[in-house]
Amino acid sequence: MSDLDALMKALGESGGDKAILANGEIAHLAVSGHKILSMRDVEGLEVEAKEILQGISAKVTVRAGVKIKNPVRLCFGILHKKGTQKIKVDVKLEKDSSAHFIAHCIFPKAEEVKHIMDAVIDIGENAEMKYSETHYHGLYGGIEVIPKAVVKVGKGGRYLADFTLTTGRVGRLNMDYSVEAGENAVTELTARVFGHADDDIKIKEKVVLSGENSKGLIKTRVALEDDAMAEVTGITEGNAAGSRGHVDCMEIVKDRAVAKAIPIVNVTNSLAKVTHEAAIGSVDKRQLETLMAHGLTPEEATDIIVRGVLK
Amino acid sequence: MSVLEIKNLTYIAGEKRILDGLSLLIGASEIHALLGTNGTGKSTLAYLVMGCEGYRPTSGEIIFKGNVINDLKIHERAGLGITMAWQEPVRFEGISVRDYLTLKTKDADPSLYLEMAGLHPELCLHRMVDKALSGGERKRIELASILALNPKLAILDEPDSGIDMLSTQDIINVITAFKKNGSSVLLITHREEIALMADKASQLCRGKIVCSGSPMEVAQYYKARKCLVCDAEVCVYV
Ligand SMILES: Nc1ncnc2c1ncn2[C@@H]1O[C@H](COP(=O)(O)OP(=O)(O)O)[C@@H](O)[C@H]1O
Ligand SMILES: [Mg+2]
Repeated sequence: MSDLDALMKALGESGGDKAILANGEIAHLAVSGHKILSMRDVEGLEVEAKEILQGISAKVTVRAGVKIKNPVRLCFGILHKKGTQKIKVDVKLEKDSSAHFIAHCIFPKAEEVKHIMDAVIDIGENAEMKYSETHYHGLYGGIEVIPKAVVKVGKGGRYLADFTLTTGRVGRLNMDYSVEAGENAVTELTARVFGHADDDIKIKEKVVLSGENSKGLIKTRVALEDDAMAEVTGITEGNAAGSRGHVDCMEIVKDRAVAKAIPIVNVTNSLAKVTHEAAIGSVDKRQLETLMAHGLTPEEATDIIVRGVLK
Repeated sequence: MSVLEIKNLTYIAGEKRILDGLSLLIGASEIHALLGTNGTGKSTLAYLVMGCEGYRPTSGEIIFKGNVINDLKIHERAGLGITMAWQEPVRFEGISVRDYLTLKTKDADPSLYLEMAGLHPELCLHRMVDKALSGGERKRIELASILALNPKLAILDEPDSGIDMLSTQDIINVITAFKKNGSSVLLITHREEIALMADKASQLCRGKIVCSGSPMEVAQYYKARKCLVCDAEVCVYV
């Protein structure tokens, strides 16, 4: 089987749609290890990618005024037990453009795997970028995921990002996202992670509201079982008049898991407002009892509550 | 045979004697209204019958279809056909109304039950049972979900609270649906027009049932703030 076939098979097994690579109207980039296996541009969206030591480097540009109709598919994977994958991306959405990127990160057999993502994202005036990243990990936990993104959202722009790692072992996650929002810009960062065994999760998300009337939301949902650990840091700075920020962190812990939430709120303009809420604890008793009164066992009820929170 | 028989039930929490030798019978397909002012122990009784954590009788017996269920856990009681709609139903993230109504019955069509509770299925099936629902919507969804379970005994803790006066008819419809299904209902309520559709009613005061009988009769006492324990004087506890 070719590397591409193997990657697409793994994508299919993790619920992804492998037919998209054949579709001429959908832009994509598929990378296995440090090899670019397949890529396609569409009109108004340019991808320049090259292989580098231990990974790839890509430059993605969406031209001014272009609205990319179909979500751009990115597929990154390491199908072997060992390996390192560095993804360096530079994304630029020019003025008034919009695009949705859907990334699948697949590491089914990881025993000693490192996946490093380094993204610099520049969103122009009134441009909108949606980015959804979903991870599919194996059951061995031998993986380290280090996603880092530095994002700048221009006047009236929008950046909506979603990170999901709820299938398989997390391994070690060290996420670091930082977004600066300009005038009237909107940003939403959502992360959902389910930790098991001795998974070690560190999530740091920062939103700097530097433009007037900018808005930011950091939403984190973490569930932990066994001996997993998580530390979630949500930082919001309100530096301009009319800026509004909110940090919403929920962590559900079971067994011997340990969870920590560090909300940091910094307001330097008296007309800015930032709020935060953090809830850490076992599954809510009333939720549990309600589902049990509907006939579910405590285990089934817990499972449904946790899956709902991570949805 | 009665579906629910409560015998001499006492429940003491800390220093407080909340229920004090309460006895109550509910027959098959019987809608039994329970009246009582705030803080008389109605919800406490509901939690004891459902078997919520921390609510076990200090003494006395809760008997369901001839078996003492004092020590059963909530889901075990649910397995026997007992269920409850809480006074303030809890919210869930990421669970849709459709999923919520088909937790146990994956293939059932929940629309019917939503309609019975006065909701438009097409407007709410895809919504989440979360904070975005209004209080009244959440309560109706809870009633619909309990109805969908087709229980032998439904405990409804103030199903009318938080629902506007105009929608009282919806609650009445739901209760009628329980009756048609052959469910027994312990109906905790303050509203006379709802109590009046019951088959029987009881008034709770000082942790005891102080009068039982036809809903009309009991509602009269309740309205007059009269209590039989206090010799038909105006009861200081009511
Ligand atoms: N766990 C508890 N510990 C102490 N007091 C309680 C407890 N639960 C309820 N109570 C008290 O018992 C009384 C009855 O409460 P409740 O059953 O909620 O009344 P109702 O539903 O009739 O309004 C109230 O005075 C309440 O404060
Ligand atoms: Mg009550």
